[in-house]
Amino acid sequence: MPSVYEVFRRERPGAAMQHAGSIAAPDERFAEIYAREQYGRRGESDALWLVPRDAVQEIDDFVDEFDLKYRRVDGYSLKERLKEARELAGSSRRDEPGTP
Amino acid sequence: METMDARTEDRTESFLAHVQSGGLVETGDWMPDEYRKRLTKFIEMHANSELMGVLPERDWILRAPTLQRKLALTAKIQDEVGHAQLLYRVVEDLGKPREVCLDDLIAGKSKFHNVFHYPTRTWGDVGVIAWLVDAAAIISQKALLKCSYAPYARIMRKICWEESFHILHGRDVILTLVTGTDAQRELVQEALDRWWAPLMMFHGNPIPAEDDPMVRWRIKSQPNEEARQQFLEGYVPQVWELGLTLPDPKLRRGDDGVWAYTEPDWNELMAVVSGHGPASQERLAFRRLSRTEVDWVARTVLAEAA
Repeated sequence: MPSVYEVFRRERPGAAMQHAGSIAAPDERFAEIYAREQYGRRGESDALWLVPRDAVQEIDDFVDEFDLKYRRVDGYSLKERLKEARELAGSSRRDEPGTP
Repeated sequence: METMDARTEDRTESFLAHVQSGGLVETGDWMPDEYRKRLTKFIEMHANSELMGVLPERDWILRAPTLQRKLALTAKIQDEVGHAQLLYRVVEDLGKPREVCLDDLIAGKSKFHNVFHYPTRTWGDVGVIAWLVDAAAIISQKALLKCSYAPYARIMRKICWEESFHILHGRDVILTLVTGTDAQRELVQEALDRWWAPLMMFHGNPIPAEDDPMVRWRIKSQPNEEARQQFLEGYVPQVWELGLTLPDPKLRRGDDGVWAYTEPDWNELMAVVSGHGPASQERLAFRRLSRTEVDWVARTVLAEAA
């Protein structure tokens, strides 16, 4: 039976490799030929990576058991605290520092 | 057993809510049987159409008028076969092996698009197919970019990109012919007259979105009639501006922007896609023949690789 290869392609130098699709091929030689034809024949790719599907280790669960908010953007509520800080500073915010 | 059923029902409900609110589905995700079945059948038919769609054009490789045209046509055919390969891969990941798809196709158990059941009589047909059949196809395919099944939507991006070359190639063939001799111009007109009815059937009979299970699962998001209207709006003016005519006296753009047309014969559409079109059996016979003829290649390659 043919095996499945995941194909990644880079659109231009400096860009990240992106998943392009998959191909089925009896061996690596055929996989290379098919990948070149499917994903490179119009000059649309600068480089390809072929990875046997079995070699891909997938992780798709990201449980935040301890609710580690400080690692996330929503973990910082600056807006209210800034408002409070401005109120504390009071009118001095508008005045030049050092004026009597 | 009862609890399992209730659980499946709950999962199905939340799956439906997920896809209906724009959620996407990946290969390994749980999906209801009905979703998997409909999706598989739909993508398989698309794959079959790409594969069978090359046969009407293949007839013209050896008869192409110039070397340049021969090469462009061959490249288009390679694109379509490539699309079939990519689509059968998507089907395979949904659980139906490509070999089974190919067997079902030649056994007449699965369908392919109506337009590929008609003969290609002249070089004018090649132009009309590349221009207008591909234009009709790209409208459906662009709408499929929003399909709830993400692996299909992703492949559709590549397919749409390549189809745009075909429309260019088709327009180029047509423009060359209509600026040529009277005989060349007539060739286009005659082809157009024959292709108009199949083109009008291409997007299927109008089904209200609320009654369409394909829309319900967000496999499709564009109702058939909307696709046809978009095709008419985009391409009828392009046909007319070349001084060509379309064989439908009722064809007219209303003040509301909706195109009026003669109702296509939907019974003919059903008959054609179920294998009773003018070229259906000939095409299937050819497909059967190539499957038998190249069988030894597949066996040899797989034996060598093993």
